[in-house]
Amino acid sequence: MPGKLKAKIVAGRHLPVMDRASDLTDAFVEVKFGNTTFKTDVCHKSLNPQWNSEWFKFEVDDEDLQDEPLQVTVLDHDTYSANDAIGKVYIDIDPLLCSEAASVISGWFPIYDTIHGIRGEINVLVKVELFNDLNRFRQSSCGVKFFCTTSIPRCYRAVMVHGFVEELVVNEDPEYQWIDRIRTPRASNEARQRLISLMSGELQRKIGLKVLEMGGNAVVGYLQCFDLEGESGLVVRAIGTACTLDKLSSGSAPNTNTHMHPNTAPASNACNSPSKDGKEPVFGEDLTSSSGPPTPFRALPTTSSSPPPFSPSKPCSRQSSSSDTDLSLTPKTGKNTCFFYLQEFPFFTLTSFPPGFLVHVGGVVSARSVKLLDRIHNPDEPETRDAWWEEIRQEIKSHAKALGCHAVVGYSESTSICEEVCILSASGTAAILNPRYMREGSQLELEPSPPSCGFCHIPYDELNMPFPAQLTYCYLCRRQKVPDVLFTTIDLPPEAAVTGKGCLIQARLCRLKKKAQGEVNATAISNLLPFMEYELHTQLMNKLKLRSMNSLFGLHIQISVGENMLLGLASATGVYLTALPAPGGIQIAGKTPGELSNEHHILTIQKRINDTIAKNKELYQINPPELTEEVVGSPIPEPRQRSRLFRSHSESSDEVSELDLSHGKKDAFVLEIDDTDAVEDIHSLLTDAPTPTGFYSCNTEIMPGINNWTSGVQMFTSVRVFRLSNANLTNQGLNKIFTDLCENLLKSFYFKLRSMIPCCLCQLNFTVAVPEEELIQVTVTAVAMTFDKDQTQEKTADKPPTKGGSETEEQLQFPLELCADSSSANCQPTSKISAASVDYGSFADRCSTWLELLRLKAHTMRRGSVKTISSLERCSPLPEGRSRSLRSSRSFGGSSVTVVKMTPLSFLPGTRIIKYLGIINMFFIRETTSLREEGGVSGFLHTFIAEVFSMVRAHVAALGGNAVVSYSMKECMLMENPNKNQAQCLINVSGDAVICVRETDQEPTPSTTNIGHTSASATDEAT
Amino acid sequence: MTMELDVFVGNTTIMDEEVYQLWLDGYTVNDAVKVRMDGGVMEECEASADVLLSDTMDQYRTFQMCERLLHSPSKLGNQLLFQIPPHRQAMLIERYYTFDDAFVREVLGKKLSKGTKKDLDDIGAKTGVTLKSCRRQFDNFKRVFKVVEELKGPLVENIRHHFLLSDKLARDYAAIVFFANNRFETGKRKLQYLTFQDFAFCAGQLISNWTVGAVGEPADHQRSFRFYMDVDLDKEFLQELKELKVLITDKDLLDQHKSLVCTALRGKTKAFNEMETNFKNLSRGLVNIAAKLTNTKDVRDFFIDLVEKFIEPCRSDRWTAADIRLYLTHYNNSAHILDTFKHQVVWDRYMGVVKSCIFKMYHD
Repeated sequence: MPGKLKAKIVAGRHLPVMDRASDLTDAFVEVKFGNTTFKTDVCHKSLNPQWNSEWFKFEVDDEDLQDEPLQVTVLDHDTYSANDAIGKVYIDIDPLLCSEAASVISGWFPIYDTIHGIRGEINVLVKVELFNDLNRFRQSSCGVKFFCTTSIPRCYRAVMVHGFVEELVVNEDPEYQWIDRIRTPRASNEARQRLISLMSGELQRKIGLKVLEMGGNAVVGYLQCFDLEGESGLVVRAIGTACTLDKLSSGSAPNTNTHMHPNTAPASNACNSPSKDGKEPVFGEDLTSSSGPPTPFRALPTTSSSPPPFSPSKPCSRQSSSSDTDLSLTPKTGKNTCFFYLQEFPFFTLTSFPPGFLVHVGGVVSARSVKLLDRIHNPDEPETRDAWWEEIRQEIKSHAKALGCHAVVGYSESTSICEEVCILSASGTAAILNPRYMREGSQLELEPSPPSCGFCHIPYDELNMPFPAQLTYCYLCRRQKVPDVLFTTIDLPPEAAVTGKGCLIQARLCRLKKKAQGEVNATAISNLLPFMEYELHTQLMNKLKLRSMNSLFGLHIQISVGENMLLGLASATGVYLTALPAPGGIQIAGKTPGELSNEHHILTIQKRINDTIAKNKELYQINPPELTEEVVGSPIPEPRQRSRLFRSHSESSDEVSELDLSHGKKDAFVLEIDDTDAVEDIHSLLTDAPTPTGFYSCNTEIMPGINNWTSGVQMFTSVRVFRLSNANLTNQGLNKIFTDLCENLLKSFYFKLRSMIPCCLCQLNFTVAVPEEELIQVTVTAVAMTFDKDQTQEKTADKPPTKGGSETEEQLQFPLELCADSSSANCQPTSKISAASVDYGSFADRCSTWLELLRLKAHTMRRGSVKTISSLERCSPLPEGRSRSLRSSRSFGGSSVTVVKMTPLSFLPGTRIIKYLGIINMFFIRETTSLREEGGVSGFLHTFIAEVFSMVRAHVAALGGNAVVSYSMKECMLMENPNKNQAQCLINVSGDAVICVRETDQEPTPSTTNIGHTSASATDEAT
Repeated sequence: MTMELDVFVGNTTIMDEEVYQLWLDGYTVNDAVKVRMDGGVMEECEASADVLLSDTMDQYRTFQMCERLLHSPSKLGNQLLFQIPPHRQAMLIERYYTFDDAFVREVLGKKLSKGTKKDLDDIGAKTGVTLKSCRRQFDNFKRVFKVVEELKGPLVENIRHHFLLSDKLARDYAAIVFFANNRFETGKRKLQYLTFQDFAFCAGQLISNWTVGAVGEPADHQRSFRFYMDVDLDKEFLQELKELKVLITDKDLLDQHKSLVCTALRGKTKAFNEMETNFKNLSRGLVNIAAKLTNTKDVRDFFIDLVEKFIEPCRSDRWTAADIRLYLTHYNNSAHILDTFKHQVVWDRYMGVVKSCIFKMYHD
């Protein structure tokens, strides 16, 4: 299906002065696609040139359309010497290839230069005409929709969920090619940006092909990552969930009809072969099972070398190295799982599901593997990397099986690279999905399982448990068994009954490591991994108990490797699930229980812990309904069950002595305070500052217990780098520094966002890195959302929060200033756009006009029922995206900038998404050789992040959108050299561009439907 | 905990008005943190000094990045780098261009040149305004001056349009530009009692009555642009003012004028005697000021002349403000009755402004 790409360069503004003599610029533009380049005329002596070029037409294959970005380069004409580049704009054409997404790209784009940052703006118009061509052997996958959102997108219905798709492509990193020695940094950066853009285009196309093969039409939960492996190359990999989606007519309830498709075509994965290096994972350890807390949490670090640091010795461990594991996922429970047999990897990147889809949740499954990077010799056959991931996924699969589950949901993969060592990690939640969803039209015959507690019920066999868990009968239905704690990587299911509110729980850990090379280094790291996982898990467990909660959602454990240390950060949202038993307290004991002085000390600590628990109960409003103690079940928990703080393994080898773990068997029920580690633990437990009043925080989509969001939304990114000054740091010292770093970040957020109170920080996403030997970098992206305080007292247990449903109630009281004051919109011409009368010169204006019109309609439509508040009412610092309509500078014809909201969530409170315009996936490099002049490394990064935001907003606005949902910053890699006055930073962001309108009434009004409709038709007409 | 790097970037740029003001006032980060701590913001959100420092640094950085845009406020509206709601943009601009009356009083009427800029630290020390803030204010004056200097059309409108300022602030800037352009002397000791607002009022009067722009755009387009502007006084009008001299050179006219005024005033004020005795002196003073305005030097001395020739004599005779009002009204009106006096239009244009200026300036 070849196509014709058309581009038109309209105008520029705010260009930099390129000619010092005249203080002006002679700008012209090169438009490049593939190997074809067009040029505009030179617009002499102007900082606001009007090119109004002809339509540049590129006739290309759709394969190229998917892979290549349109490259717009603005240059300064110079008669005597070479023309100077001002900057570039890369425009991803992909959204135009899908009929349901955008139909035209039109707007002002920041002109970006990797050395100077944003230098003015350029107005560009892009369109694509696709010709129908039913070639069976086509290489393109135009029309497959991509969504970053990890749930079924708001205005779609899932007809079928096909399953896991993955792909990776590799290439040489231009930065490490020989040519890099002779080219300028700018050329090198641009080569890299272009290459990555090409690679992600190619990756997306290949994934699309797989989806088409499976019979789907969309990828949901699309997660693309870059591995900059340095010398050994550059890997771009992606995973997602293939679905068949149906567009909903606006307003009807989404997510109700989902059918699993008994898919007979497994993902076309060429790499089924076992790992080529022949090194099998040599040890597997269910760390938590022998003596650990009784949670269904399994981790398996594998390594490419080294003997096991301690021998597996558990009564119930699943020795799961890929050699001895039966990989067919036959759940022991013997449920109907025929569909799932057929899939190689029954993985789902989704984190929230249509009701009834998720039957039971087993627990978190994770696997890590340490690899030594080698040069990728043949980019066309990235088999090694494929095999690595294959291995990890097999691990995950076997873990899931061990938990009696046939599927893994909330699945994600990540890497951490330091020099030639790479840690591959994957994690997800073992689950049983409803097999009845496999046939169409069967959603009516849903099993009559209690909707609010079903997913908590254990999927594994009670008599043959994978780990020692305390089982009780479900506190809600009293019929099925539930574990005493539940860890998951997914979002809280909307139907779940929750007591009180949730909160962010983090476990943080630093471990020193000797500097080493190659195999030795890899061995050292893989030896450390299990201890770190264990420690993190213990911390999570204790903090959970301290907050009197019994489950974790959205658990994400990141282990980051540096030259001389490993950093571990686990984040999750703690919740009290009503169906699960109340957690026990924490008991402290001394090592030598005879000494009086000690006794006193212990008592004080115990009191502090008990006080904190009591305080937290109040803070998070955890008042579980009093139950008659008729709990039956294998081992029946005591009413006040003690938590276990384990300081010991049943066995440990000599090698671990440097890890500061105490040896030998001890009483597992008590925390011994003579142990320095334990003192540390207690300390870190108690120093976690509670969130200030008016604030809540979580790392999931929605905050359990809050369901009345108002319109205030502020997305932010914060980066901190701490330099370790002290040469001889201990593990404890490091831990303290790392913990303080994270805590202080949170405190800063609360302070900065204090004007939004009452407010909740959602999807708090922490990323840690060790960019250099003595640096710790923490990057956080999150969104602060306001909510209506008065309604929070509502008993939410009876009324489960739904992400979309309850937003409407508060609408009447908190109207969203989504769009402009009508005056500005009013003065736009209100004529409808007909193709015959399109004057291309004013096309851009017209496009913005219909958008404006759309907003105006939305505005007037809701005016009847909603009181509008003045946009001036709120003062500093303000929530995002109030009214727009700046009619300032007359010099540019009263143009105004569209407000684009950004959020890491899949929705914007108080609004309805009426259209998905396509995926945003952008990669930028910024470099400076004048670090001091740019305000140091903070000034440099601050500017860069602001620039990235503005480029994302500009692209979304050009697509006709007004928001980005499921936004995430996947990479923020900073390298600095203050002595040379240099710094370089790479940022990768992604999200879904959408048009959303303010939600007005409970039931969708016909007028809203019309707006959605007219917007689409208007666009079609315009093209 | 000192950070190697510490940034916070919101999709909507977060700006605290209090910190913005501290930044504008030229506080260093550390001083600003101290002020904020004293202000009790810490208790608001259980913040620590670290948090406050980090926040302040962040905001300062944001303001510095915005400063470039604030230099041409129209850019702020359609730039893409910062997403700032319109009303916040207006606040940023308005505050950035707001100045200290104490500071502006010192530079009012001075040439906005490098020479003056060098004296800023003295001015800063004298007025208690930080040097950084002085520089900002001075640069603002200069920037506005440079932009509107060459523009035709009404001065206030031009300023408001190009700098997106409120009407009040635009008027103040018009006064500053007008004073700087005509180099009115305001620094003399005798003028020290006058505030900036006094002068700003007078400037407004002069701009709207004595400039070319004041009489509207002339029909013939042969004159150069420069003449349509109201930055400069209307040269023709200044020439015509010479004709008023007849009021004091013609003895009959002077006597006639005096008797008309005295008749009207008699019995209406306690200061009647002083008025009668001083009439000729005062009239000579005012008319001489008018006649001399063709000289640039005398234009500069306009305000000092008003004080010396009129306000001081009246003040030494203890005239009240009402006396002044009464006297000047009759002084102005009586001239219309003089049958041999033919320059009624010029007289009114002159006296209208002088009258209101004196009313404004006649205080302690």
